[in-house]
Amino acid sequence: MTETLIIRVQGLTREYRLGSETIRALRGVDLTLRHNEYVAIMGPSGSGKSTLMNVLGCLDTPTAGEYWLSGVEVSRMNDDALARVRNREIGFVFQTFNLLPRATALHNVELPLIYGGVSAGERRRRASHALARVGLQDRMHHRPSELSGGQRQRVAIARALVNEPSILLADEPTGNLDSTTSAEIMAVFEHLHGQGQTIIVVTHEADIAARARRVVTLRDGLVHSDQLQAAA
Amino acid sequence: MPFGEAIRLALRMLWSQKMKSGFSLVGVFIGVTFLIAVVSIVEGMNRYMTERFAGTFFGVNTFHLRRFPAFSEDVPAETWRLWRRRPRITEDDARAVEAGLTVPVTTAWQSTASATVQYRGRIARDIEITGATETYFEIKNYRIERGRSFTAQEVRAAAPVIVVGNELARRLFDDRDPLGREIKIRDNLYRVIGVVEAQGNLFGISLDKFAVAPATAPVKKFTNPPGLVDAVLIRAASVPEMRLAMEQTEAIMRSRRNLRPNQDNNFALETSEGILDVWGKINRILLAALPGLVSISLVVGGIVIMNIMLMAVAERTREIGIRKALGARRRDIMRQFLVESATLAVVGALIGIATGVLLAQTIASTTPLPASVAPWSILVGVLLGGGVGIAAGLYPASRAARLDPVDAMRHE
Repeated sequence: MTETLIIRVQGLTREYRLGSETIRALRGVDLTLRHNEYVAIMGPSGSGKSTLMNVLGCLDTPTAGEYWLSGVEVSRMNDDALARVRNREIGFVFQTFNLLPRATALHNVELPLIYGGVSAGERRRRASHALARVGLQDRMHHRPSELSGGQRQRVAIARALVNEPSILLADEPTGNLDSTTSAEIMAVFEHLHGQGQTIIVVTHEADIAARARRVVTLRDGLVHSDQLQAAA
Repeated sequence: MPFGEAIRLALRMLWSQKMKSGFSLVGVFIGVTFLIAVVSIVEGMNRYMTERFAGTFFGVNTFHLRRFPAFSEDVPAETWRLWRRRPRITEDDARAVEAGLTVPVTTAWQSTASATVQYRGRIARDIEITGATETYFEIKNYRIERGRSFTAQEVRAAAPVIVVGNELARRLFDDRDPLGREIKIRDNLYRVIGVVEAQGNLFGISLDKFAVAPATAPVKKFTNPPGLVDAVLIRAASVPEMRLAMEQTEAIMRSRRNLRPNQDNNFALETSEGILDVWGKINRILLAALPGLVSISLVVGGIVIMNIMLMAVAERTREIGIRKALGARRRDIMRQFLVESATLAVVGALIGIATGVLLAQTIASTTPLPASVAPWSILVGVLLGGGVGIAAGLYPASRAARLDPVDAMRHE
């Protein structure tokens, strides 16, 4: 079991200072994730799910507690080391896609490889392969403004996968998409999960969460419930 | 991110915002244009002075024995009065020096006055008429373009022959062959036997409005009172030999004039270095003012670029956040913005170099000022541009590098 453990979080707290007030976004979260799990993190706004997602994505560091990712403690790492972990271990999919508007789909997908120090030829090969995996091989030289919402999100997924990360971290991935396109994107996730990808989806939509195999609900900075479920 | 990648990205960024980029590099552009243009002109004059002026006007390894220096600056009235009271150089002085020098030298006599030259109703005024010996042309490096110069025999025989400058020939004869034609100077006729190759001009003054006749010819009647010369030109084979010849000339002249050891020379030994000294001072003033002027525009240019980069960082906060989320380290972001601002400044500098060279060439072709682009000034221009860009980009880049990815991505 332990050898397949990807995430181990213990007593994770995160506090913000806002003037004289201290906001406790996470109050001691415990969570473990194994390889090839498909987890939805739910909770009302203010429950701390965004903060948890930032900490899990190594975009933010916890105030206290431990976070082990792939057997390495990342909770005490400095900025540059975290950048390295984000580059190698984590693939992000955001609600607003977060593509570079002036760059082509191909260049957007190449970005993580550029920061990973991959050579130009290899970069191009891997980026076009990743785009082909999400069915966009014929849209490689389009800019985001020339793509539909669903296509943009698929570019973002290709970008998230191009470095073969340990976890795919999606934050409201269908929040800006219509229901047909949402279903399309969720089908892509389902497919990736089938290929062995570990996926965490942060969402407040029950039907999105229903696609996951496990649902973790946060409330007031603590894990409120943690349930396994059958595939929808 | 590899360096080449960063430059490509920066150029793409510049190109996509042409207008803004254009304005932001104006400061650097002006500074570098100025640098190149001024240095080119100073360099051009330098070359002119050392190669052409000192060489042609004066003669290489040549000194002149005169009553007082022909080229001098800021002479006080008192000194000037003393100079005017000095005895003049005589033909006998010249012969004594020629006989007394042990160093192998070439010497020539020279007496010059201004006169009007006529040819069949054509009149050329203010022409420099020189009476000289046959060696004059050799010492002055005058190349004869057509015909020949006069010979020692013609000097001995006081032949009424004359060699004319290029512009004088054109004024009097247009395109007709000047050789063999007779020109009139102060009621005497001279046969033109040669034309000197064009010497160009110096600060707008033509160096081709002259005529040279044997010192013994009738020109002697108005160039100098009998038995006197303006100058004895003495050319040695090398600088050390010239120095030695100068010492010997000084000793000969002092003894001829019975000067006691405590008395100063009452004659002048002038070299081209004297002229170059005067030029060197002008040169230094020009070059001393240059760094100030250039650095003012570069500082202004740097401030503009810094502001543009701060704006770019603010505008692209979200992009920075995305890049950081995807694994860009602080130094990656830092480098991206530094390269961008350096590229901006270097592009400005390159445009400045092109404009400066063009400006220098325009000045050279439309005004009497010569110009010659100094390779070092181009290098300095590029380095200054890059330096200003990096200096101006440091603060904006470090701000970008320190951005928190979560906050940055939330930025609209």
